[in-house]
Amino acid sequence: MIGLVKRPEPSRLFSLAAPVLAVLATMFFGGLLFAALGKAPLEAIQTIFWEPLFGEFAFFYRPQLLIKGAPLVLIAIGLSLGFKAGIWNIGAEGQYIMGALFGAGVGLAFYPLDSVIIFPLMVLAGAFGGWIWAMIPAVLKVKFGTNEILVSLMLVYVAEQFLASMSLGLMRNPEGMGFPGSRNLRQYASAHNGELVAGSGMHWGVVAAFIAVIFAYVLLARHRIGFAIRVTGDAPRAAAFSGVSPARLVLFCLGMSGLLAGLAGMFEVSGPAGQVTIDFNVGYGFTAIIVAFLGRLHPVGILLAGGLMALTYIGGDIAQSKMGLPAAAIQVFQGMLLFFLLAFDLFTNYRLKIGRTEVA
Amino acid sequence: MSQPLLSLQSLTKAYPGVVANDAVSLSIAPGEVHALLGENGAGKSTLVKMIYGLVKPDAGRMQMNGAPFAPAEPRAARSAGVGMVFQHFSLFDAMTVAENIALGMENAPKLGALSARITAVSEAYGLPLSPDRTVGDLSAGERQRVEIIRCLLQDPKLLIMDEPTSVLTPQEVEILFKTLRKLSAEGTAILYISHKLEEIRTLCDHATILRLGKVVGECTPRDTSARDMAEMMVGKLLQTPTRAGQAAGDTVLRLTGLSAPAPNAFGMALKDIALDLRGGEILGIGGVSGNGQDELLAALSGERPVPRGMITFKGEDIGPLGPTARRTRGVLAAPEERMGHAAAPDMSLTENAMLTGAVREGLDRRGFLDWPAATRFAESIIKRFDVRTPGPRAAARSLSGGNLQKFVIGREVMQRPEVFVVNQPTWGVDASAAADIRQALLDLAQGGAALIVISQDLDELMEISDRFAALNEGRLSAPRPAQGITVEEIGLMMGGAHDMEVAHV
Repeated sequence: MIGLVKRPEPSRLFSLAAPVLAVLATMFFGGLLFAALGKAPLEAIQTIFWEPLFGEFAFFYRPQLLIKGAPLVLIAIGLSLGFKAGIWNIGAEGQYIMGALFGAGVGLAFYPLDSVIIFPLMVLAGAFGGWIWAMIPAVLKVKFGTNEILVSLMLVYVAEQFLASMSLGLMRNPEGMGFPGSRNLRQYASAHNGELVAGSGMHWGVVAAFIAVIFAYVLLARHRIGFAIRVTGDAPRAAAFSGVSPARLVLFCLGMSGLLAGLAGMFEVSGPAGQVTIDFNVGYGFTAIIVAFLGRLHPVGILLAGGLMALTYIGGDIAQSKMGLPAAAIQVFQGMLLFFLLAFDLFTNYRLKIGRTEVA
Repeated sequence: MSQPLLSLQSLTKAYPGVVANDAVSLSIAPGEVHALLGENGAGKSTLVKMIYGLVKPDAGRMQMNGAPFAPAEPRAARSAGVGMVFQHFSLFDAMTVAENIALGMENAPKLGALSARITAVSEAYGLPLSPDRTVGDLSAGERQRVEIIRCLLQDPKLLIMDEPTSVLTPQEVEILFKTLRKLSAEGTAILYISHKLEEIRTLCDHATILRLGKVVGECTPRDTSARDMAEMMVGKLLQTPTRAGQAAGDTVLRLTGLSAPAPNAFGMALKDIALDLRGGEILGIGGVSGNGQDELLAALSGERPVPRGMITFKGEDIGPLGPTARRTRGVLAAPEERMGHAAAPDMSLTENAMLTGAVREGLDRRGFLDWPAATRFAESIIKRFDVRTPGPRAAARSLSGGNLQKFVIGREVMQRPEVFVVNQPTWGVDASAAADIRQALLDLAQGGAALIVISQDLDELMEISDRFAALNEGRLSAPRPAQGITVEEIGLMMGGAHDMEVAHV
């Protein structure tokens, strides 16, 4: 008989080793998958993990890592706060879209005025857009006890309709010859979130992501609210007994994750994407859920996980174009990563017991 | 001497790191009521689980009527004539008594025939119980009867009862004892597990005392004082908590018409509770579990605030205030459930010290938490209350029940409460730790604090309370001086026998 026995205390070794083991297991089983598809497994793994960092065209791919990683980290940091407390915001994608629309809306409203305050205003508007969109499930949960998972998820599809409406209507470029999509903010200096150092990929969103990591770390380790979040996640009744208000915690966690997702959307639309288009959102809000868990809901872990996830995206793209791997195989590969992480994670709190079990 | 019904010879069972039973021998004669006495963790449960076939012994032999007896599973034990009533009932609330009993039988007869047998057995043993009633509507005492009748239908030769009186009022205990005596008179042996010494003295013919897995003594309970038995159980001289008599101070806490709706379908509403509590006094609140104890604690701790005008502390209306605001004023509480309510299981003792100590110990500096100070606070609790743990970094769940309880009570006591409300302070705690905790509560009252101690252990309440009241169906009886109160009166305050009839024997 194989059984699981709860450890008296969580194993520190395993909580650190689980992500590493998960990556190794993903490489192994991913390799088998690629082999089954008739591709050279080692080459595929190398293309995904090595090529973007140290390959021939690394000078092109490295900035891409920052550009792809920043929104993932920014959103995942926000999500992790709620996830730690058992508050499940699944609608970051919608908050990301609303942040982009609010931010771009402010920028476009000032066009073609030239002023240094436009970009800061856009940042505020983007944060507000994401925050207000997250407040819908938050207030409904606090007032009426609705399920925040369903409401936040449904609002993603509402946000997508807004996005379509805006890019076809209100925000459409009047000089765009009828094509859907707004003016390109890259060509509007006051609203452009450009590279801070040419060729590095470093834009304000990357800076914001690093600040968010530090902010979340300090909040969780040192602040009363962070402690309330951790206690609520471990033992909700103990949290209530200690004086944590569940309603306020829901408002804070959902609000904060919406705000950060909104910021991510705003930095994306004013920088790497450049304009509001129907297909502006590419799933960062959903992938960030994986990033949050892959990073073990720890700020530094999320930073590393965001980097790793960005790597598999870029590496996956390269493998697709270079080796003809199907896109679905790359997605399976990424899914494996989360699966193995959760599987190895079990051993942080449980150990394997092999032998006869009995009713004790 | 006649042949024993069951005899155990050198039964040994070891688990990793602990020997639960070390060469335990005992024998039970037909019709004997045999007490198995010991602290938590003494090995009582392991021993009866071996008899009931739930656990296999590592070494040693069992004999039933002289023949070797080694049940591989409970079914084998049952067919050999061993029945067991567990401390926690395994009944389905939505089903009737007869349906529940049918579920536990190997070859259940048709429901009609079964109902007739249930009625017959229940009348024969003075356990009135209608087979058609839904279990959800029964009191704890009546549920226990379902379990007992389930065993009796198998016609057992040996009935094992695990802490059967922990959920009963004194009157219900009386009914149970009459039934057990009748069974014993008919030749059914009873193995009775308890740590309530007075009960054992009333009921049992013989007692075997276990400590740390070993038999440390045998005695005839009727001829042995409760104190002597307790000392055998604990293995050292017991410190009886002491206190100097003192005059009660001014009224600090006043409850007027305290009412609160039930928090959920399984909770109990509080109904019109009135109470004056003076500094330096201990009010003991008894009652059968589930009659509003948790709800009263939640209303007093601030976890579930109540409307204005129901709770006043030193003249200030604190009803609508939450736990933090009440703590600031000196109103502290410790709930019954240690894991997950009083303490967060996966968090360290330092973090658990922070949990309620943040305000009064100055660990919260404008929102930022002073962890080194929290560690020092945790260390001081560990030191003063002799909490056995490697240190403040240990997770709460790694502590034994008694040690965690000492930590949880100590955490509040060290914060110098003016009013301290505690539910089940010594539940599941070994005797010496329980004595320490009671002494700490008495010292707190000695220092002028007002205490409300909610407990199901009447001996404990009688030992430490100045006044006594009981919760029944969410109502609190008028408090009376604890001195000179009789068990009979306490029972009536607790709701009597909950309309159960006394056995017609």
